[in-house]
Amino acid sequence: MEQTLDCRGMACPLPVVNSKKASEELRAGDILTVLVDNEVAVQNLQRFASHKGYVSTGEKKSETEYTVVMTITGAGTAAPEEAIACHQDTRRKGMLVVLSANTMGSGDPKLGTALMKAFVFALTKQDQLPDTILCYNSGAYLTCEGSESLEDLQLLESEGVTILTCGTCLDFYGLREKVAVGGVTNMYEIVERMEAASQIIRP
Amino acid sequence: METQVKLTKLATCAGCGAKMGAGTLAKMLEGFKTHSDPRLIVGYDKSDDASVYVLSEDLALIQTTDFFPPIVDDPYLYGKIAATNALSDVYAMGGEPKLALNILCAAESMEDKTIREILRGGYDAAYEAGAIITGGHTIKGAEPFYGLAVSGFVHPDKVLTNSGARPGDVLLLTKPLGVGILTTAAKAGMAEGAVMDRIYRQMATLNKTARDIMVQYPVHSCTDVTGFGLLGHSYEMAQGSGCTLHLQADQVPYHPEALEFADMGLVPAGAYRNRDYAQPGVKVCREIPLALEDIFYDPQTSGGLLIAMPTEAAEACLAELQKQIPRAARIGYVTELQDAAIKLE
Repeated sequence: MEQTLDCRGMACPLPVVNSKKASEELRAGDILTVLVDNEVAVQNLQRFASHKGYVSTGEKKSETEYTVVMTITGAGTAAPEEAIACHQDTRRKGMLVVLSANTMGSGDPKLGTALMKAFVFALTKQDQLPDTILCYNSGAYLTCEGSESLEDLQLLESEGVTILTCGTCLDFYGLREKVAVGGVTNMYEIVERMEAASQIIRP
Repeated sequence: METQVKLTKLATCAGCGAKMGAGTLAKMLEGFKTHSDPRLIVGYDKSDDASVYVLSEDLALIQTTDFFPPIVDDPYLYGKIAATNALSDVYAMGGEPKLALNILCAAESMEDKTIREILRGGYDAAYEAGAIITGGHTIKGAEPFYGLAVSGFVHPDKVLTNSGARPGDVLLLTKPLGVGILTTAAKAGMAEGAVMDRIYRQMATLNKTARDIMVQYPVHSCTDVTGFGLLGHSYEMAQGSGCTLHLQADQVPYHPEALEFADMGLVPAGAYRNRDYAQPGVKVCREIPLALEDIFYDPQTSGGLLIAMPTEAAEACLAELQKQIPRAARIGYVTELQDAAIKLE
């Protein structure tokens, strides 16, 4: 099958977005032709094609008319992580850390606070970092201003770890404006992330 | 977000990616009459971050302005990022911002409360910087934009230009790259909310902390990495200083998600412009994935400081920086001019 997409007049990144959608409907051997009106779109489409493992050619017809022709291959998506030699992704896929309180273990709260601080610090020192950290109930305090773990969590976040705090909990403790690291989430996403995790760690 | 009209939908260009190319601009300004004044120690001819005018023996005025269309739908965050970005040029010169004026163009479709939120973001950034917004100018137009004109002060002997790097210096960078690619991915609806929260927070973080630490050390040269990307700004520093900047590709901090998005073709037009501009001066000395190169050319909105200082001082300075800015990193070094202005190693 051959399909032609007219992406002329579309601002970046729409040509790539539309080509991605179209290519998902196509099968191996199909040909996707994309019309665009600028050189940047051609280069981005060629990056997209090689990302997917498709063979592509770009052609300039005039100053405002370019075509990119891609031959769709099977599920031959080139894994980008493997292609990168310089920077290693140190996150372990599927590893989820749940911080359900601002203290660790039950007993003296002062000790519990110190333990939690040490736990988050130790997390930053691991060779393999978690994919995601979920904070709920009084765990919400950990991601907010004044938290002793803030710098460690910010470091983890900067390494690519997704940090999410329960919105209901933030509202309950009056912390909504104080979040200083990560995003805010809801119970659906908490459940989904837990279901999807291959490993859940709870201090 | 309760914004009725999505702010970013009102903009055709994203953030500093909207910046006009350096070459185009220089051509346009050619041949105009200007007074020459020995007190103007950094002027437009230097292609630096801001102009610097000496007022007295111990005081120089820094002036700069910056504004751009919405890069995020939340008006408060947009205002804060635009103001933070405008204030950054003063920090890049080693100075402290003191006075600022709002520059705002509001679209007809924007509600008053949206405009108020943009301004609130700007005021919060200025407040945090210790600067006072004293007024400004607001118009209505088709495409909104916001930013500040900022005045700051610095001791004339402590001015940091982008042309002072010396052989033997070490290069430090205070914010990870990839912001332009990630905002493009967000426009495509492909970047996760939590990732973008991190990016927006980074863009809304002032370079004040980095500047305050940096000025305690013998810095030779500084610039902020914004619209021209790491390689564009490095190229300016290399040319201005008459040195070669060696950038160590595996030491440069960036947001890991940007790599996959660049690979997928979500590269903003500004990155291609920057490549056109700087590539003639860049020698790639090792195998580097195209997507990583894209990140090095990626235009940054409210990016970090690129600092050149002697090796001995750099170690202590970096340790101090990392206490408050964990992702600050040593990304390379400076030598006498070699066969290329920039070497990617």
